[in-house]
Amino acid sequence: MAGFRSTETYIASRDLEVAVNAAIALQRPLLVKGEPGTGKTVLAHEVARALGYPLIEWHIKSTTRAQQGLYEYDAVSRLRDGQLGDPRVHDIANYIVRGKLWDAFEADKPHVLLIDEIDKADIEFPNDLLLELDRMQFFVYETRQTVVARHRPVVIITSNNEKELPDAFLRRCFFHYIRFPDRETMERIVQSHFPDIKQELAREALNVFFQVRSVAELKKKPATSELLDWLKLLMIEDLPPEVLRSQDPKTAIPPLYGALLKNEQDVHLFERLAFLSRQRQR
Amino acid sequence: MLAHFILALRGAGIPASITEYLTLLRGLKEGVADYSVDDFYHLSRATLVKDERHLDRFDRVFGEVFKGLEPPEGDPQAEARIPTEWLRKLAEKLLTEEEKAQIEALGGFEKLMETLKQRLAEQKGRHQGGSKWIGTGGTSPFGAHGYNPEGVRIGQEESRHRRAVKVWDRREFRDLDDDVEIGTRTMKLALRRLRRFARQGAATELDLPDTIRATANNAGTLDLKMVPERHNTVKVLLFLDIGGSMDDHVGICAELFSACRAEFKHLEHFYFHNCPYERLWTSNRRRRDSEVPTWEVLRKYGPDYKAIFVGDAAMSPYEIIQPGGSVEHWNEETGQVWMGRLLGHFRRSAWLNPMPEEAWGRYQSALILHRLVERRMYPLTLGGIEDMTRELSR
Repeated sequence: MAGFRSTETYIASRDLEVAVNAAIALQRPLLVKGEPGTGKTVLAHEVARALGYPLIEWHIKSTTRAQQGLYEYDAVSRLRDGQLGDPRVHDIANYIVRGKLWDAFEADKPHVLLIDEIDKADIEFPNDLLLELDRMQFFVYETRQTVVARHRPVVIITSNNEKELPDAFLRRCFFHYIRFPDRETMERIVQSHFPDIKQELAREALNVFFQVRSVAELKKKPATSELLDWLKLLMIEDLPPEVLRSQDPKTAIPPLYGALLKNEQDVHLFERLAFLSRQRQR
Repeated sequence: MLAHFILALRGAGIPASITEYLTLLRGLKEGVADYSVDDFYHLSRATLVKDERHLDRFDRVFGEVFKGLEPPEGDPQAEARIPTEWLRKLAEKLLTEEEKAQIEALGGFEKLMETLKQRLAEQKGRHQGGSKWIGTGGTSPFGAHGYNPEGVRIGQEESRHRRAVKVWDRREFRDLDDDVEIGTRTMKLALRRLRRFARQGAATELDLPDTIRATANNAGTLDLKMVPERHNTVKVLLFLDIGGSMDDHVGICAELFSACRAEFKHLEHFYFHNCPYERLWTSNRRRRDSEVPTWEVLRKYGPDYKAIFVGDAAMSPYEIIQPGGSVEHWNEETGQVWMGRLLGHFRRSAWLNPMPEEAWGRYQSALILHRLVERRMYPLTLGGIEDMTRELSR
């Protein structure tokens, strides 16, 4: 059985590996939750790469309906064609537009299907996909045909916890909560993304990063993706590590903070903290 | 064994069902867990827990159920883990003649090992103290940290099994449990339940795509389709207790407040002290200037507003039930009457109490208010907020 392991560019904890492998072996969807920026979406890319399957991404928006993932009946085109007297109009199958799920089901080799940010959609969305994900088949009313998956795709679903997902849906999934990585794991992650980073810079940057995260009042704590962006910036600017060393977040804002703090209030908070501690020093 | 585990999980409030149990068994059969306790823990967690708030509870139950779990009888690893030969050598080096004689009394090493196996089979749970069972700190010959000279140490080495135990004993998901108190993030989650994008009311909006579709399906004859208007229908009035006994809780209230601010379009807040009377105020800093008669609040905001009171309800009972009972001014009518008016007008209302639920019984005033709000007083925890929002959005 093809298994999933940490790769050079993606450090997965053992529990994540087990969850992914269980989902692959039992052909159930895997639901991944976790703080924003901890690599939920990237996981699907890495799983696809590890298994050697192509990846189909379905990004969910608040207006996405479950039906769109299966197929859509393009009635407007048909109306237009009907008025223009196009002979295509007599066959309704010409106006069925396939959705992502259909693509994944009909493919001639297994795919990884990513359903990204399922919680963005309407509350009924997961319920509408229950049968489709369970049996991996659906019925097209217009053409009276049943689409059955030739190969059950590996389904990875991410959620940011904006809505509760229905129990019936959860019961069919494996669940994994990506914890925020500890310092040791984070060092490995940084190492895997920037193999030629200066050790000293990485160490100082991580110090600053974890200090920033430890400030309790932050509205949006920086996560892994922010750290990686920030490091990239630091490397491009080629800042010496000493610049970071003096930067205790209590005394000043870290350089190039724009990559870490995404929120006006958070920047203000840091400015205020810096101001207060300067006053205290006097 | 596993059925027992599932029941224990359900007992702890984790909604694991038969479907998940069967999935777990199938996963084990497929060899996903690979006969390692670590992987079994990970697999069962991925299968049985569907909500990060339950992860900590899961760890606790897992620890309880599988503590003292030793490799089953006949497992070749069991013998491998306690090499008799090694023990014998160690014993010869460490034990005195007298102690060796005692071991002989039990029938020698072979006998000792056999008794151990037998007891492992008999014993089900974790054991501490005592003189027979395998456990910790006792005088039985088997176990850890004991005093028996012929004791067999079990589980003090860094075995694979021990490392597995540490994974759930670390309890890293404690913060996500919903009985703990609130940080801004967790609060937002709970309050988000209030944000109900429910389509309700009459069909008022032209559904253009559906109209086109229906018209096309009708072969060109116009067929209008309407949908209910979709907007955030939740309106909230927040009444915050400020000053006095609430000073301890001001921080947490401010958090609740800031969380609310981001969540609702229609949000008004008012302050009161201990119990609402005929006057409320909208800004705590400029209290004198910002006073609003309670009657005006009742007139201005319709019953479709949901009222949330936040206060510790810790005061003298007279402040609720006596005219003139207020600590700040002479109130003509009792707090009870004013609460009754507010609750009668805002039919969807609840009280959030930052004090732990166990402490309410200590204050008569809390019990009175709990009764006044028809038992809709909830602790200011994620679980409490969730109960409240469920009640409010019902």
